[in-house]
Amino acid sequence: MIIRLIERTAVLLVSLVVSSVLVFAFMAVLPGDPARVALGVNASEEAVAQLREQFGLDRPLPTQYLDWLGGLLRGDFGISYVSKAAIGPQIIDRFQVTLWLVVAGMIIALVIAVPAGTVMAARHRHVSGLALSALSQVGVAVPAFLAGILLITLFAVKLGWLPANGWTPPAEDPGMFLQQLILPALALGLVQGAVLTRYVRSAVLEVLREDYLRTARAKGLRPFPALWRHGLRNAAVPVVTVLGLQLATLLIGAVVVERVFVIPGLGSLLLDAVSNRDLLLVQDVVMVLVVAVLVVNFFVDLLYVALDPRLRVSSR
Amino acid sequence: MKSYPTRAVALLATAGLLVVTACSAGSSTSSGSSPGADQSLSIGLVAEPASLDFTTTDGAAIPQALLGNVYNGLVKQDETGKIVPDLAKSWTVSPDRKTYTFTLVDNAKFTNGAAFTAADAVFSINQVKTKWTTSLKAAMDVVQNAKADSPTKLTVTLAKPSNDWLFRMTTRIGAMFSQTGVDKLATDPVGTGPYKLGSWKRGDSIVLQRSDTYWGTKPFFNQVTLKYFKDPTALNNALLTGTINVVGTVQAPEALSQFTSNDKYQVIEGTTNGEVLLSFNNSRPVFKDVRVRQAIRQAIDHKALLDTCFAGRGKLIGSMVPPTDPWYEDLTSVAPYDLAKAKSLLQAAGATGASLRLRLPTLPYATSCGQVVKSQLEQAGLKVTIDQLEFPAAWLTTVFKNADYDMSIIAHVEPRDLGAVFNAKYYTRYDDPTLQALLASADAGDEATQVADMKKAARRVSEQAAGDWLFLLPNLMVAEKNITGLPQNAITESFDLSHLARS
Repeated sequence: MIIRLIERTAVLLVSLVVSSVLVFAFMAVLPGDPARVALGVNASEEAVAQLREQFGLDRPLPTQYLDWLGGLLRGDFGISYVSKAAIGPQIIDRFQVTLWLVVAGMIIALVIAVPAGTVMAARHRHVSGLALSALSQVGVAVPAFLAGILLITLFAVKLGWLPANGWTPPAEDPGMFLQQLILPALALGLVQGAVLTRYVRSAVLEVLREDYLRTARAKGLRPFPALWRHGLRNAAVPVVTVLGLQLATLLIGAVVVERVFVIPGLGSLLLDAVSNRDLLLVQDVVMVLVVAVLVVNFFVDLLYVALDPRLRVSSR
Repeated sequence: MKSYPTRAVALLATAGLLVVTACSAGSSTSSGSSPGADQSLSIGLVAEPASLDFTTTDGAAIPQALLGNVYNGLVKQDETGKIVPDLAKSWTVSPDRKTYTFTLVDNAKFTNGAAFTAADAVFSINQVKTKWTTSLKAAMDVVQNAKADSPTKLTVTLAKPSNDWLFRMTTRIGAMFSQTGVDKLATDPVGTGPYKLGSWKRGDSIVLQRSDTYWGTKPFFNQVTLKYFKDPTALNNALLTGTINVVGTVQAPEALSQFTSNDKYQVIEGTTNGEVLLSFNNSRPVFKDVRVRQAIRQAIDHKALLDTCFAGRGKLIGSMVPPTDPWYEDLTSVAPYDLAKAKSLLQAAGATGASLRLRLPTLPYATSCGQVVKSQLEQAGLKVTIDQLEFPAAWLTTVFKNADYDMSIIAHVEPRDLGAVFNAKYYTRYDDPTLQALLASADAGDEATQVADMKKAARRVSEQAAGDWLFLLPNLMVAEKNITGLPQNAITESFDLSHLARS
């Protein structure tokens, strides 16, 4: 267990360093000069050069990289090229918004996927299982932004039940917060739920074929109670893996959904920063996303061990 | 199980919202046209400012939100394009046209409590020369000296006569700052305007609050929210569902039908300063021949193009002058659509079959108009290849700075920009001494000379086919029917909120 933890931590650290180099290198080759974009169309060469110097863009790349990394380690994200405001607080602010969205989307996905996937597996030879299966295929094929547009058209524009877009922090107005959260969370959750359903289904199917479940049935347990008491925990290992991977997809999917629903989250911050060539901000946001994904995967790895005692034995 | 409670909460909350809306609607009728004590308005716009400091950050979004609302200038432009008083009650120009004497209002106050005086005006003018970093500051270079003769009397001396200087004072460079209020321009603007900054939720909205210290007629709305939408559909949906009251800029004119067919809304259509220019790189050998440039202008059926790529909204202009400038003339007849003529011009120039690269910024109108231009030019016998450059960054570097292009399409939205755009140093690389002489004479002369020379200049670029003016962007707004005071034409840098009211 300890060895596994050390091993995983080492992998995490190496991944973090490598990804920081990649993120930085990618920004360095992106076309477009941030100083020129900030100064506008008629700026003189001298003014642009002066601003480049002020941003520190005239220094050698390795120096710029080390400065940036050092700042991150101290918790200093730097100052935005364009807004001249500190980047750290902006990222924290926007990350909270995206986190609400991702967590709500994840809950919706799970609420859909676990029962639907289990039913699909348990009744895979029945009409109801097949119908659910077909429905989930449709869900897999629909991108989150399209789901968002359809949901807005139906529930906001046509029926007028929920606002079409916008964001209110929960502390400001919890009612409004919930209203505005429902549609974007559904857009994310429905699609992810459909994908997850497929995995729950195959995991449960796998478990159904196991000897211990046959034994449970032989003891007289009915199919669903047997699954509930003996099957789901075993089915959970592959599902948790996918869930970890999906969390990354959800974060990325949130970028698009935020634009459709006009939500000031990390995604819209990133897109604005890209178009303004606010490179330091882009770099920081991408790095935060990378760290989030890597850390989630790290915990998913550890969670296996908690879920499946056999892994504890084999890793000793 | 989970979805029932959430749904119920949502429905209850919606019901609650309806009650609140109903109350405020009721109170609005009783307040009449006097400033509504608690009336607020929400306007949907497209581009959000990256910073609130237009002295160091370029872009139209900052003055759109702040100029005329938070900041005043000495002078401003009215809806017809005329220069009218703002913080200056009146002004005189010396016979040699080099000295301007302004009489200022004596009751204006900044939101930080300081009184506005001629010393602030001197400070603001000097700041442009010394502290501003955006390129627009160049318009202040002509000022030799600014002097406060008394708290309400300001004298500005120019190095040479310049009509353009007074005009530029209506734009952001003429904004008046407080000597004690420029420490945090990027987040905390201090001005004398009818509104002050309430809050700024980055990535979402700017809230402006009515300023209690405003020296002029107090505006009707005590709070105006400028809400920013990147996606045109989201913007339209926000109006349809009542999140906002006004769509300040319609991005997709083809989507207007959902509003025109609905009694709840009014559609406002006027003009702007945004000439959509098919620009030529005049330093390329192929464009050195005026016949090639003229052929391109005559190969384009502008009416058909406008119908296809901007739903027929907008105006055909034929040169670099919008109808609200005093020297506007309809010059569409200079290069009428004539495919046969275009073909023969190309043949005479030996340019039939020439390959041209049309490098478009990733902007909706440029993308859609670019396709039409390509197909029309190919009918005249040119080979056109299109590539797209991400706007603004990639387009600015490639086309604008390095002039690595043959043709491009972009709207030039700056006011009175003929001289700036058709210039050897600009990305059009248009080197024309005759034009420069006309522009210089217009700038130095009296009003009549200015108008006459600018007319000649506009005709010159049109006849010389320095570029092709596809159309003028329309000012398209959609608002709830009871909103009044929205400007018909959008020809200034500011979105003036002070005249808005609810009937």
